[in-house]
Amino acid sequence: MGADSSEGPAVADAGAPSRPGVVDPPGAPVHARPGDLERLLGRYGTMARIRAFEEAVGRRFRDGDIHGFVHTSIGQEAAATGACAALRDGDYLTTTHRGHGHCLAKGADATAMMAELFGRETGTCRGRGGSMHLAQADLGILGANGIVGAGIPIAVGAALAARSAGAGAVAVAFFGEGAVHSGAFHEGIGLSVAWQVPVIFACENNHYAEFTPSEGSWNGPSLVDRAASYGMTAISVDGNDVFAVEDAMSELVAAARAGEGPAFVELRTYRMGGHYEGDATPYRADDEVERWRSADPLARARAALEPLGALDRADALDAAAAAEIEAAVDEALAAPYPDPASVLENIRA
Amino acid sequence: MPDPSTAEAAPPRYIEALNRALTDAMEADGAVTLMGVDIGAGGGAYGVTRGLYERFGAGRVLDTPIAEAGVLGAAVGAAMAGLRPVAEIMYVDFITVCLDPIVNQAAKLRYMTGGGVRVPIVFRTQSGAGRSGGAQHSQSLEGLLAHIPGLDVYCPADGRDAYDLTRAAIDADHPVCLIENRRLYGKRHPGWERDPLPPGKARVVRDGDDVTVVTWGRMVHETLDAVAAMEGGASVEVIDLRTLVPLDVETVRASVARTGRCLVVHEAVEQFGPGGEIVAQIAEHALFDLDGPVRRYGALASPVPYSPGLEAAMLPGSDGIAAAITAVLEH
Ligand SMILES: Cc1ncc(C[n+]2csc(CCOP(=O)(O)OP(=O)(O)O)c2C)c(N)n1
Ligand SMILES: [Mg+2]
Repeated sequence: MGADSSEGPAVADAGAPSRPGVVDPPGAPVHARPGDLERLLGRYGTMARIRAFEEAVGRRFRDGDIHGFVHTSIGQEAAATGACAALRDGDYLTTTHRGHGHCLAKGADATAMMAELFGRETGTCRGRGGSMHLAQADLGILGANGIVGAGIPIAVGAALAARSAGAGAVAVAFFGEGAVHSGAFHEGIGLSVAWQVPVIFACENNHYAEFTPSEGSWNGPSLVDRAASYGMTAISVDGNDVFAVEDAMSELVAAARAGEGPAFVELRTYRMGGHYEGDATPYRADDEVERWRSADPLARARAALEPLGALDRADALDAAAAAEIEAAVDEALAAPYPDPASVLENIRA
Repeated sequence: MPDPSTAEAAPPRYIEALNRALTDAMEADGAVTLMGVDIGAGGGAYGVTRGLYERFGAGRVLDTPIAEAGVLGAAVGAAMAGLRPVAEIMYVDFITVCLDPIVNQAAKLRYMTGGGVRVPIVFRTQSGAGRSGGAQHSQSLEGLLAHIPGLDVYCPADGRDAYDLTRAAIDADHPVCLIENRRLYGKRHPGWERDPLPPGKARVVRDGDDVTVVTWGRMVHETLDAVAAMEGGASVEVIDLRTLVPLDVETVRASVARTGRCLVVHEAVEQFGPGGEIVAQIAEHALFDLDGPVRRYGALASPVPYSPGLEAAMLPGSDGIAAAITAVLEH
């Protein structure tokens, strides 16, 4: 099974790699079908919110309002948006150091997230976690993570619990392609197959792990072949096409809900920014970044909206996202810091 | 070995001393091989290994995938088979994903084989709280490692020791955990022209008669700041342990025997922390020289919080150190 089967072989889209290991971007607009207008606008709105959030994070980091390490997902909005569009409230997800988009797309409140990044008491984790540890249990967001790979088996466990609960919930583990070398990935994926639990491994392949081009570091079969060898459905999708992601995820999620076990999906994308805020990216060529800019997930959604005469509505969504995030920043900046006397709260239940 | 103490205008930064030690060790011995995530062309997350990949090539500076358990396991095998691997764990917090090769393999193999193998391996890592790294990038876990028989634990506090302890770690025929402090990387410390000290020798950083403060790593500098800011002219002796294993009990004992009072300061959590061991050593070797209780001052027993104000409340700092010294003196 492959949502991508119409597009041909699994990994490579088109064209020769620009340099060893870095795949060229896809070019086509989002695969919209007649009748998709409202859905596409909905997805566009979510992507615009993530984009606005991440851009504000970059600015606020430079202004010193955000501390420590922060990683943004500009360029990867379609992966988070399309994947979470296939989920319900009761579903679980785990994510990574690059998890703002997943949290927003799963329904987390931008103001509470921003407050968390600012270290405020009103943050999703009362300022204890920060960007790398965003979490919101009532939305099924079991946490971003500072340890590469750590969220993968956690999602497997959530899926085990979801199956016991019997309500048809699933779990999604979002992770980067850099995590596929970790023991946590292989042990988690192996367990999921052994247990046949409803978990989707959503691997956002943005082609870099920190400063290292990833294709060069696996030197062997594609991600999909590797995952498939464990005995599960494994597909590769154009991760900058929000509908391609949503369609693929919907199919995999439906199968998981129906008891057909785990699945793996590679979402091919690109991180437009540095690994972390402040990373000058000396390790990659400007022209590579520019080529991927032409495959920007929001631009591709707009290209599909244009013939539908809906660009003005997209503009309105951009404006609404900008206003929402600006208000979130203002409100979060006005929120109090935690009382230092509360530092020992919640160490144990 | 080139003489590292050649007179220079300014002492090298701590990070440069580390880089120089790795370079010199690699020049001196072709078996010294680095491995770790992004240590090659990327030069390391903090730039410690910058230039080494270009100088020594991909065969001796191995950029690894994010597979620490595998990498460290491979380093153990390579060490038993003739290499001298220096395996980097980007943050000490990440040792949790690769403890087996450290704790059950490297630390025990020589013993379990009745001396049949050598495991000359360095686990290079760094810690350094206080910059909102969050709970998984801010821990001080040297005590956890020091608890394992078979592991040496070195914690250099300045450029001189960054160089000497790195060289000593690589030269050692047994496993060594070298724990740098990232908040010292950019610092130039006086004392570069000091004679090298071996592991297991503490250094009296400041002489004093009224109280002994035992510490290591970045807390050496926080303690010196605290003492400099203290009023009342108490005479404080400050000891930098430099290495937890081997532990220089004698230098501590002799100092405490003279001052009669002692405070142990560390960035690690106080509860079950390395300070407990040091206090126990003092109780065993210098109890009747004491004029008051020995105290520990470390981080509160909490995961390290992200928000700056909470983090400051949780970690030891110079104000708290000054207060703790005063409390020890006044008891
Ligand atoms: C166990 C562990 N090793 C190393 C790191 C340091 N680290 C943080 S992010 C990262 C790269 C991750 O790459 P990838 O999984 O592709 O995610 P991306 O950053 O591209 O989203 C590394 C090596 C870590 N956080 N945890
Ligand atoms: Mg990546």
